[in-house]
Amino acid sequence: MASTATFRIWRGDAQNGRFEDYQTAVSDGMVVLDAVHQIQAETANDLAVRWNCKAGKCGSCSAEVNGNPRLMCMTRLNQLDLAKPVTLEPMRAFPLIRDLVTDVSWNFQAKKSVKKFKPRKPDAPDGTWRINQVDVDRVQEFRKCIECFLCQDVCHVLRDHHMFGEFVGPRHLVYTAALEMHPLDTESRARDLKAAHGVGLCNITKCCTRVCPEHITITDNAIIPLKERVIDQLYDPVARLFRMMRA
Amino acid sequence: MPDYQQHEHDVLVIGAGGAGLRAAIEASAAGVSVGLVCKSLLGKAHTVMAEGGIAAALANVDDRDSWKVHFADTMRGGQYVNNWRMAELHAKEAPDRVRELEAWGAMFDRTADGKILQRNFGGHRYPRLAHVGDRTGLEMIRTLQDHGIHQGIDVHMECTVVTLLKDGDRVVGAFGYERERGRFKLFKARAVVLATGGVGRAYKITSNSWEYTGDGHTLAYDAGADLMDMEFVQFHPTGMIWPPSVCGILVTEAVRGEGGVLKNSEGRRFMYDEIPDNYRSQTADNDEEGWRYTQGDKAARRPPELLTRDHVSRCIMREVKAGRGSPHGGVFLDIAWIKARIPSGAEHIRKKLPSMYHQFKQLADLDITETPMEVGPTTHYVMGGVKVDAETQMSTVPGLFAAGECAAGINGANRLGGNSLSDILVFGKRAGEFAAKFAKEQKAPSVDGAQVDAAAKGALEPFERGTSGEGAYQVQYALQEMMQNLVGIVRNEPEMKRALECLGPLRERAARVGVGGHREYNPGWHAALDLHSLLTVSEAVTRSALERRESRGGHFRDDYPDKDNAFGSFNFVVRKKSDGAMEVARAPIPPMPAELKQVIDEMK
Repeated sequence: MASTATFRIWRGDAQNGRFEDYQTAVSDGMVVLDAVHQIQAETANDLAVRWNCKAGKCGSCSAEVNGNPRLMCMTRLNQLDLAKPVTLEPMRAFPLIRDLVTDVSWNFQAKKSVKKFKPRKPDAPDGTWRINQVDVDRVQEFRKCIECFLCQDVCHVLRDHHMFGEFVGPRHLVYTAALEMHPLDTESRARDLKAAHGVGLCNITKCCTRVCPEHITITDNAIIPLKERVIDQLYDPVARLFRMMRA
Repeated sequence: MPDYQQHEHDVLVIGAGGAGLRAAIEASAAGVSVGLVCKSLLGKAHTVMAEGGIAAALANVDDRDSWKVHFADTMRGGQYVNNWRMAELHAKEAPDRVRELEAWGAMFDRTADGKILQRNFGGHRYPRLAHVGDRTGLEMIRTLQDHGIHQGIDVHMECTVVTLLKDGDRVVGAFGYERERGRFKLFKARAVVLATGGVGRAYKITSNSWEYTGDGHTLAYDAGADLMDMEFVQFHPTGMIWPPSVCGILVTEAVRGEGGVLKNSEGRRFMYDEIPDNYRSQTADNDEEGWRYTQGDKAARRPPELLTRDHVSRCIMREVKAGRGSPHGGVFLDIAWIKARIPSGAEHIRKKLPSMYHQFKQLADLDITETPMEVGPTTHYVMGGVKVDAETQMSTVPGLFAAGECAAGINGANRLGGNSLSDILVFGKRAGEFAAKFAKEQKAPSVDGAQVDAAAKGALEPFERGTSGEGAYQVQYALQEMMQNLVGIVRNEPEMKRALECLGPLRERAARVGVGGHREYNPGWHAALDLHSLLTVSEAVTRSALERRESRGGHFRDDYPDKDNAFGSFNFVVRKKSDGAMEVARAPIPPMPAELKQVIDEMK
């Protein structure tokens, strides 16, 4: 590995910004976030970056590395071509605050709009439930989500069409799927999915699945079953008749 | 007057990890208005990194378990200087707190009959840790977060508190800045709960993130509260050590719980070489029995790898010092060997330890199903913290509460793995409940403008010195290096005296720190302001450790290598004297009631 590398980092705020080149020493096993920290300590004390765990568990250090949405703490330098400058940019789908830090507060608002978990009555007199591991496994895939928002960043409905008011994005569809498929949950979110949450706007390009650092099969396992749920519950005349008769 | 935004809450919770969220939820449920301040985005706090599980005597896997066994295990692990009432409340209430999480949507792994599954962990006599693979912390914080956002709590994200405000003896609010725009924020509150976590960033090798700078400890200390047990720092035995950039990142104890073994460069399981007397009868003396224990054989005793963390860390250090370490200065942790015992073992490992598999694959190019990991001790947790009342979690300052890692008492000299996730639930709830009760009994807070002005002025000083001042990161690195070398896993008087001598000049350097740029999201400025906390907790650790002239739990001295009963009847507390100097005092441990003594005797 080369002993120094160049990092072309976006500096600036919402009004104006530019790329600036920084050179720093690189060594065995370093990740992009290490290089950013080194640059911060050596030459750019005020370089803004979010991070916490540095182990791919908190989802704070999302950015675009050579144009690819990545966690900086899990991107090793030996996966990159260091003969050329490594470009580091903030997530482009969200408003920029400064340098590599974006305003992701919309995500926290969007999440609140999803109806909360509503469990069925406990199965046992001591107030506990009995659940099979297979039912847990299905939902645990979605619950692995670390809320890095990289899926939101690449989703064209948000990134290119800015439909933040009409579409909650892949992250919150995964969240909804986790609730809808939770073996204890009794709430129905189909109407919200169709209307306020815009599940129909997803046209299954699977960009979100490709960038997920937790390897959640977002489109196939979460979004498509939710689309089916909306159709079953709101459009299928036989199912509707059946429900009416049962009621 | 400086320019600031003002907020008023009945209860202000500082810190939004498990303890802070649980406190906020409880206070809010009691019908008071709640503000929740966190240094990072919501849901990113350190709880997210907890891997192994939540210790609670649910007795789902082994019906011999009960609060009594859990209590006795916790006291034994803490070498009997724990606050026994906290250990009792914790053991009794943890099961309800876990079941409550399930009612809020958490999805734990299951037993064959559909109950919450529990796993083995160091120092716990029976399988006790409710878990979700090796990402229990994520499950827990997400569950609390997703429940909490519907409770009407006002969340102030990416906001750091620099000082508490007082009206006479009572705490009435806090003053800080938000990172995004660098604006100041004034919080008025009738009660304040500290839930800020630990102090790991005072050390060079740590599993803790940048947030762990001892803020809560320092806020409380500066407000006149007592800190207790600060000499007890937990060095987790298994941190990654290679490559250098990941040094310190945690390797969960669950690896050993699932059958992983520690070996030195000679291939020997060195943990057999030294087994403490009080654990001898519970510890396996051969490979076969240890393996059976990890696979759920109730008749088997646990393998020596699952002895308490303080002990395992020291054994690793011993091997390394004796020249029997791994190439990069640690030892080997081998889980791959279980393939010889389990059909499709590689798949089993990936299923049981998914994030460990992922972490090593991605960060170290190593497949843990094939190759042993290199591991070594890493600063992980501080048992010491704000001295609190066991029932209410109120500190020695009225209106100031503390819960979780920043509070002291439950863990004594050493924390058992899994007890922190249960601690933050049990005492987070209690802190929220009693803070709300306290708030309801108080009249509206009145804030002293002079205190606010002084805090604001102090916070802006680094900008006045500009880039010609000392670099914040350089001072931080120097402090971390010093604490690592002089007040680390193995301590002695000459080195700790040297540490105290180093702290003076470091303080002077910190006072000269300057930053460039402006106040908007400026990490250099944030690092500069964190130095005060780091220096304060470093001094508290060092002074307390100097006074404890014995070895106990997380505190080991090579000049006093044995436990001394004379030190078993009190805790060390530090407090700020009127002249600003730090004073160390002894707080006697109240006598334990006969029925608890009996529990401990029965479990011996």
